[in-house]
Amino acid sequence: MNYRRSFFITTCLAFGFAFLYIPIFSMVVFSFNASKLVTVWDSANSPTLKWYYSLLHNEEILDAAWISLKVAVINASGAVILGTLAGFGLARFEQFRGRFTLNAMTTAPLVMPEVITGLSMLLLFVAMEQLIGWPAGRGITTMTIGHMTFSMAYVTVVVQSRMSTFDIALEEAAMDLGARPVKVFFLITLPIIFPAILSGWLLAFTLSWDDLVISSFTSGPGASTLPMVVFSKVRLGVSPEINVLATLTIGAVTLIIIAVALWMARAAKVAAAAATAAAE
Amino acid sequence: MRILPPLSKVGVSGRGLVVTLPYLWLLLFFVVPFVIVLKISFSDVDLAIPPYKPLLEWAGKNSLAIKLDFNNYAFLFTDPLYVHALLNSVKVAFVSTVLCLLIGYPIAYGIARSTPITRNFLLLLVVLPFWTSLLLRVYAWIGLLKANGVINNALLALRLIHEPLNMLYTPFAMYVGIVYSYLPFLILPLYANLEKMDWQLLEAAEDLGCRPWQAFYKITLPLSRNGILAGSMLVFIPAVGEFVIPALLGGPNALMIGRVLWDEFFSNRAWPVASAVAILLLLLLVPFMMWYQSVQARESASAR
Repeated sequence: MNYRRSFFITTCLAFGFAFLYIPIFSMVVFSFNASKLVTVWDSANSPTLKWYYSLLHNEEILDAAWISLKVAVINASGAVILGTLAGFGLARFEQFRGRFTLNAMTTAPLVMPEVITGLSMLLLFVAMEQLIGWPAGRGITTMTIGHMTFSMAYVTVVVQSRMSTFDIALEEAAMDLGARPVKVFFLITLPIIFPAILSGWLLAFTLSWDDLVISSFTSGPGASTLPMVVFSKVRLGVSPEINVLATLTIGAVTLIIIAVALWMARAAKVAAAAATAAAE
Repeated sequence: MRILPPLSKVGVSGRGLVVTLPYLWLLLFFVVPFVIVLKISFSDVDLAIPPYKPLLEWAGKNSLAIKLDFNNYAFLFTDPLYVHALLNSVKVAFVSTVLCLLIGYPIAYGIARSTPITRNFLLLLVVLPFWTSLLLRVYAWIGLLKANGVINNALLALRLIHEPLNMLYTPFAMYVGIVYSYLPFLILPLYANLEKMDWQLLEAAEDLGCRPWQAFYKITLPLSRNGILAGSMLVFIPAVGEFVIPALLGGPNALMIGRVLWDEFFSNRAWPVASAVAILLLLLLVPFMMWYQSVQARESASAR
């Protein structure tokens, strides 16, 4: 295998990554700018942390962040359970009634425009309230159900693709030795697909934390999430506090992604070492 | 697989139990809602809460009257706004997909041809923006594109322009925003496809006298067909219904169907009209979704 890259491809890579990262860097840099104009550098008073201070004392943003956090954690935990079951079923059971439908239902949310999903969810909740009186009004519960429905589809894809790369002989060996399917799942399958479940949880958390459209449709008065507050501010133009929020988000995401990548690389190394030891 | 004895008698197996929960969940919260949207798209607008009239009504004397109102749909086709918005959304999504392909293909290709360590690092760099809020990344472009924004200030300082360019709230800004936001969705499936490619085929072609671009055109491009289709669909389908990017970057004249639906719902409280728009949009997109699913099925079949 050779890793030759032409000059043209290398140039494309450089420009491509510049395109992806210049907006992100500009938000980080200007979060330290003293000027209220955000993009006009005030060299006399910058860099400064004053917008960091004012963000951390902004009640509206902090309240919204707390709501977003609650929704995202409940959503991610629920979506992981539903998505793992669906991903496991689709990867392991070749034939079952409703396989085609389940497959379609877990693929469609990935590409469905959010305005459609959001509108249809809201209309369901309204109809359910008229019919059975639940959910009474809209708020955190309805938002969480909405988020779980589309983020479980992402978890399904992640778990399913992990399932298709692991050796089914391990499960069969355990069953030959007398383990019941449930025991096999918890002792063999779950530890092996754990990295996928962890990425699925993080993905579901992020999708929910970032979602604007489905939240706006399914939320009620008094339950504004962080993206909803950000959107209403950003509609009026740039704001220094949003740059700070972006910088904090980027920092947190970078740290978590690097930590997970390192942890997974180490786990893979341990697994490889165990495999060679077993082979010898 | 062993089956729990008492449950198996009523036809419930261990397998069944595993998939039943997600199946029922999606049926209730994903499929049933579409039926309700369809139903409400045929109802009358009403000044009530919720703002529509029921389809079924007791007409007295034990008769049930079903009233289907096609006016919402007729309205969509008489007011040129809706058809115009729909066509414009398809155009914007299509052009954005082509732009994403032109930018994303060389990137995916370059990553696939890197050494394993560089490859993982570059992939991390593609994934990182994807994990950062879309809303905040779109917001970043407001700061870059506005009249006294970063790009204009830089061009003015370099004396390349004498007065600021008008970029924000134009179709240009909207295209930049869509291409920027959806690029990782195209790169990742395309990379996954190119990664499996047997590069010796290219070497063989070159040994036989093919020029590099000929080898690319005759070998790499056809072999990566499924990756191109999957990636393009992941950009095109959601982009048609995109709301956030036209609302923030496109300005008041950016006519996109997702935005029309949003305004009908939130500003006009015209739920039946919004539902009719959703059904129309869905009818347009379902063939593409089915195409996407068949491409995915082919990809996973070839992976085995």
